[in-house]
Amino acid sequence: MRDVAIVGVGLTKFGERWEAGLKELMSEAWLSAMEDANISRDDVDMLFAGTMASGRFTGQEHVAALIADQLGFSNVPAVRVENACASGGTALRQGYITVASGIHDIVVVGGVEKMTDVTSAEASTALGGAGDQEWELFQGITFPGLYAMMAKRHMHDFGTTEEQMAAVSVKNHENATKNPYAQFRKKMTISDIMESKMVADPLKLLDCSPLSDGAAALVLAPLEIARKLNDTPIKILASTHATDTLRLAERETLTGVKAARIAGEAAFRHAKLTPKDINVAEVHDCFTIAEIMAMEDLGFYKKGEAAKAIAAGETALNSKLSVITSGGLKGCGHPVGATGVKQAVEITWQLRGEAKDRQVTKADIGLTHNVGGSGSTAVVHIFGRTN
Amino acid sequence: MERSSARLWRKIRARYNLVGNECQSCKSEYFPPRPICKKCGKKTEMAVKKFAGNGEVYSFTKIRVPPDTFREEAPYYVGVIKLEEGPMVEGHILDDGREIKIGTKVRAAFRRMYVEGDEGLIHYQFKFEPI
Ligand SMILES: [Zn+2]
Repeated sequence: MRDVAIVGVGLTKFGERWEAGLKELMSEAWLSAMEDANISRDDVDMLFAGTMASGRFTGQEHVAALIADQLGFSNVPAVRVENACASGGTALRQGYITVASGIHDIVVVGGVEKMTDVTSAEASTALGGAGDQEWELFQGITFPGLYAMMAKRHMHDFGTTEEQMAAVSVKNHENATKNPYAQFRKKMTISDIMESKMVADPLKLLDCSPLSDGAAALVLAPLEIARKLNDTPIKILASTHATDTLRLAERETLTGVKAARIAGEAAFRHAKLTPKDINVAEVHDCFTIAEIMAMEDLGFYKKGEAAKAIAAGETALNSKLSVITSGGLKGCGHPVGATGVKQAVEITWQLRGEAKDRQVTKADIGLTHNVGGSGSTAVVHIFGRTN
Repeated sequence: MERSSARLWRKIRARYNLVGNECQSCKSEYFPPRPICKKCGKKTEMAVKKFAGNGEVYSFTKIRVPPDTFREEAPYYVGVIKLEEGPMVEGHILDDGREIKIGTKVRAAFRRMYVEGDEGLIHYQFKFEPI
């Protein structure tokens, strides 16, 4: 196994990108990542493209070959990766495995979703496919509905409150105001969140991530080659992945994501680190309750203690641990296939010291946590500086 | 999207009658039925198991932004129900005006789910009603 590093990153602005289709979004992100890595198309050995439901959203499948074509290097192997909202994180892990194994050297990994060309009802049905189609969506249980049931039980078991969940949204919107790539750049207050429309009790509209268009990409290389390409390669210290039942009802617990706990523990073990070593993290805040559970599943807080700590500001920018400096799925936007890659782009900028207004003062070690469905897939990565 | 009605018929036994299965080796019970026992992790004899349909609300929510198929029903309650035999299942909870809480006792009742497409294909299934 070889050490693997990120040598280039690229991101599009997230949001309702009416002027850009799937191809334009992908090209923009992939090209900026390659430019950032200072490589040309002849250097690229393989491509991975994460997308959850491009067919449902745009009618276009076969997006990995499509992006190779767009960039003018048809003939390289290119693979699409689909794991619901964890498609991007999974694509990164497949790229990592490919480079670590020695099969390929320079691999470009990206993620994309073009979600706003369909009605929000159609988008909601497409996202519902992340759960069990026959036993969840068929029952009229929407994706917010699944997380709402997790939230209700979390409130029942640990006394978590709607105001504490709202505080997650406030924090992430605050960070998004500092991110030029973010879909929303407006501060929100607890009462803005609390007064927004109820979607699935107790989750309100502003507890939920939006529908977004966007793409993200990064270039991977073996560490020995990375040092020649780039002054600031970011090393991947761990790349882990676990799954659980598609159906929420069959899980061991509703108040956490067991797959994330397993992937998190394995990541810390592989990296020989503990949660205390992390300076900056991008966790999967598709709903406010999801960030609370993530902080507990990853071992940053004991079960039932994260909500209070987040509401007290312990995870705000440049506090004890800076969580979701990008603004997250909530504030920066959630083009589902792009999200897992975008998280790694943000951590790369943080560890390089290039995050500008939202730069974490001490950023040596970072973590990403990307979840698919209501917790059926979880992918965790840990990154470190090399200089 | 129009899809064949076969996908409805093939699930009727489980959907209409709350029929799952039971591992004959470790006695674990499953709903919906599983092709292999999750606990044993290998091929064992799986026997048909009909659940009585009694249980309690383990968690729930009220869906206010429904998928297209349930537009006419919204808002409506859905929940994770812990059956008295053990397995947890997801489903609709009928709204008879009473407050639903974690712990509310429910029983399964056969009901209409929704009407689909121009030809009005009617989907039926169990729903849970508060006792
Ligand atoms: Zn068994």
